Amino acid sequence: MIRFIIYRLLGAIVVIWIVSVVTFLIFQAVPLLSHTNPVYFYTGKVPFKPGSPQLKALTHRFGFDLPLYAQYWHYLSGILFGQTITDGVSVPIKCPAPCFGYSFRQNELVGTLIAQAVPVSLSLIVGSAILWLVGGVSVGTISGLRPGSAIDRIGMTGSLAAVSLPIFFTGPVLLLIFEYTLGWLPDVSYAPITQNPVQWLRSMILPWVSLAFLFAALYARLTRSNMLETMSEDYIRTARAKGLDRRTVVIKHGLRAALTPIVTIFGIDVGTLVGTTVITENVFNLRGLGFLTISSIQQQDLPIILGVTIVAAVALVVANFVVDILYAVVDPRVTV
Amino acid sequence: MTITSPVPSAASTDPGVFLSVEDLRVHFPTDDGLVKSVDGLTFDLRRGEILGIVGESGSGKSVTAQAILGLHKGSKAKISGHIWLDGQDLVPASEDDMRAVRGSEIAMIFQDPLSSLHPFYTIGNQISEAYRVHNKVSGRDARKRTIEMLEKVGIPNAAARYSDYPHQFSGGMRQRAMIAMALICEPKLLIADEPTTALDVTVQAQILELIKELRNELNSAVILITHDLGVVAETCDHVVVMYGGQAVEKGPVADLFDVPEMPYTWGLLSSMPRMDRVRQTRLTPIPGSPPSLIQVPKGCVFNPRCRFSDRVEGNRCFTVHPDLLPTAPGHEVRCHIDPEERRQILLTEIRPNL
Repeated sequence: MIRFIIYRLLGAIVVIWIVSVVTFLIFQAVPLLSHTNPVYFYTGKVPFKPGSPQLKALTHRFGFDLPLYAQYWHYLSGILFGQTITDGVSVPIKCPAPCFGYSFRQNELVGTLIAQAVPVSLSLIVGSAILWLVGGVSVGTISGLRPGSAIDRIGMTGSLAAVSLPIFFTGPVLLLIFEYTLGWLPDVSYAPITQNPVQWLRSMILPWVSLAFLFAALYARLTRSNMLETMSEDYIRTARAKGLDRRTVVIKHGLRAALTPIVTIFGIDVGTLVGTTVITENVFNLRGLGFLTISSIQQQDLPIILGVTIVAAVALVVANFVVDILYAVVDPRVTV
Repeated sequence: MTITSPVPSAASTDPGVFLSVEDLRVHFPTDDGLVKSVDGLTFDLRRGEILGIVGESGSGKSVTAQAILGLHKGSKAKISGHIWLDGQDLVPASEDDMRAVRGSEIAMIFQDPLSSLHPFYTIGNQISEAYRVHNKVSGRDARKRTIEMLEKVGIPNAAARYSDYPHQFSGGMRQRAMIAMALICEPKLLIADEPTTALDVTVQAQILELIKELRNELNSAVILITHDLGVVAETCDHVVVMYGGQAVEKGPVADLFDVPEMPYTWGLLSSMPRMDRVRQTRLTPIPGSPPSLIQVPKGCVFNPRCRFSDRVEGNRCFTVHPDLLPTAPGHEVRCHIDPEERRQILLTEIRPNL
């Protein structure tokens, strides 16, 4: 087991390293291919005439005249060990590890911007993940146990509808009903859980539901088909032949096996959502990673895009790593 | 084995009979029509006896076993007839009543021990679970009892292997573990559904020996379902030959091998390799394939494949369904051919080629 974990951990580190190289290279290629001075992507403008000594000085200050490997090392060492950012005039800014650089447009460290967005994204993703997992698996299990029954048809039609409705539809509809018509949630502005848990819950409940709605539908269908398959396995017949009651047969023997593949998909889904819940964040005006990504792309704010990409990649790799470990715990055949 | 009247209505009067199946019918409605998997099966079984049920795939052997265990309850299967277990009819019994019987009174061993064991739980966990359903004992006692059982079925180092998973066991060991699971509550009836089919030949004999030993120890009744006549000859006291969901011949094991009278039984014996005598000819397979259970042949179920249907006058093989009639004490045959002529055919045409 220890060997298995170490092996997976090494793999995860290699993947993250490759991601950092690739993203770094992409953002080197963008200025090159678009014949734009890289300074533009950092400051939002090219303040001096091309070829002027001032521009050369600025290019040198950012380190764009260094060889590629040196630039990469500068970037990587910033993430690993931190650095001090200075323009030579103002007070130098301390940027502790992991340092993703400085956004001159926002006048803020990229790390600080990400740190502000991460709790919002995590609140959204974790809450809705719990909702969709519980909801989807329950509906799928009940449907899978009685295929073709009325309850199965209702569950599956409902999930087809849910999967077809985009968040930019369900979100506003929920807002219309609960905020504007019923007035149950008069103020849905975000508050950190550490400061005001009640307001946090109030602001999160609708985003949770609308995001979970979409995923719950997929999980219901997946659970249903897994459950149908599992319940016809020989070991279910053995469990019944032992004289176990139906509850034990279904939950201990059936659901346990049916849920195993869902663990994998769940981990990847949660990992992928970090940085990609753009629509939900926009509809509910949440300032999470998705919002940060989109606004930085619109403003061509390269340091933020780089930082968010790395964070999202790390999230996915970590999720995958957790899934691998969990899978080895859930399925004893995996461990070597 | 007793001869039962054609229209049975109550439990067998013979007090020694432990399990009495009377006119059992298991029909499955499907989109293509009604599948008559078992159609009017009758047999008796005493404690300490081993009954072999023989037949091709799809002849209704396993469906019968699962009906006895009540595993069709909750499915779409339509079951009629009676299954008397120690005087209690299991056919109308509720799922809850059956649950109390399963594992404790009747236990079952399945064909493929790997797929029949849950891959995610340890062998010990699965066996002690079977014990704890029917006995209110502590986890420690259940564990002790499980290890005892594992030792009894011949698993070396049982205490250490308690926490192994099924995939860490060899095929023969898995089947031993299945047997330990089936016998942990000392059932009075053990149904073994092709227990050796998935196993190595060398392991087969050990498993059969183990079933016999445990039968002797617990004085259980055993139903051994197989398509391997060698296994039957070696293990069973009585045999039911099934074809198309019906019993076509039943009798003591010696009769079945010495004086078989049903053409299907002849076919089975002719297609079986013999170690005890030199064959004059090659093995002869039975021509054709098993009948459709939706459109069962009119008359005798075996008529499309029977070489001897021309020996019956008036084309009766194709029009009249033959009854299962006694031909010798305890020996019953479902065939229109005249008993005298059957014995003659056996002597002159069949036996020389066996």
